[in-house]
Amino acid sequence: MEQITKDKIQNIIDENDVLLFMKGTPVMPQCGFSAAVVGVLSHMGIKYNSVNVLEDPEIREGIKEFSDWPTIPQLYVKKEFVGGCDIIREMHESGELTQYFNEAGISTS
Amino acid sequence: MAMTASEIEELIIKAFPNAKVIIDDLRGDGDHYAAQIIAEEFRGKTRVQQHQMVYNAMGGRMGKELHALALNTSAPKE
Repeated sequence: MEQITKDKIQNIIDENDVLLFMKGTPVMPQCGFSAAVVGVLSHMGIKYNSVNVLEDPEIREGIKEFSDWPTIPQLYVKKEFVGGCDIIREMHESGELTQYFNEAGISTS
Repeated sequence: MAMTASEIEELIIKAFPNAKVIIDDLRGDGDHYAAQIIAEEFRGKTRVQQHQMVYNAMGGRMGKELHALALNTSAPKE
């Protein structure tokens, strides 16, 4: 991955408390797994920013190398990679996600 | 290109020889599977690490030949 892409990814992660790399946008997700995570975040009333990887092929591939995670979506909270769709769903169902957000100082509804 | 359930199971068993593995074919298209894996190698690892271990066992096929592999991983109960 080119340094410029790596820096671009690092900057956007640093600038956002909660950041979702996804296919499409929260209003128009383009993939079921991305839509599932959008659903969890909106259900919890989390304020977040998103990156539509379909609009940036370098970020789409770069984020996989950056996180050592082969698929999209990817959720970052306070610069930490939390997981993809399975993990976010599992954490949500067990209540662990609410705790994670609270401990990170992110308010949930 | 797609993968069969047995190909996936083979790759997982090769990486985790004593694991208990259950593979569900979610859509019958060779591209969307779920796998439940219980392996000693996962003990003490975070979920992200456990899943990364499984993705590595897939040898780079994740996101390429294999579009989706929903994972449920854990160490054996003590």
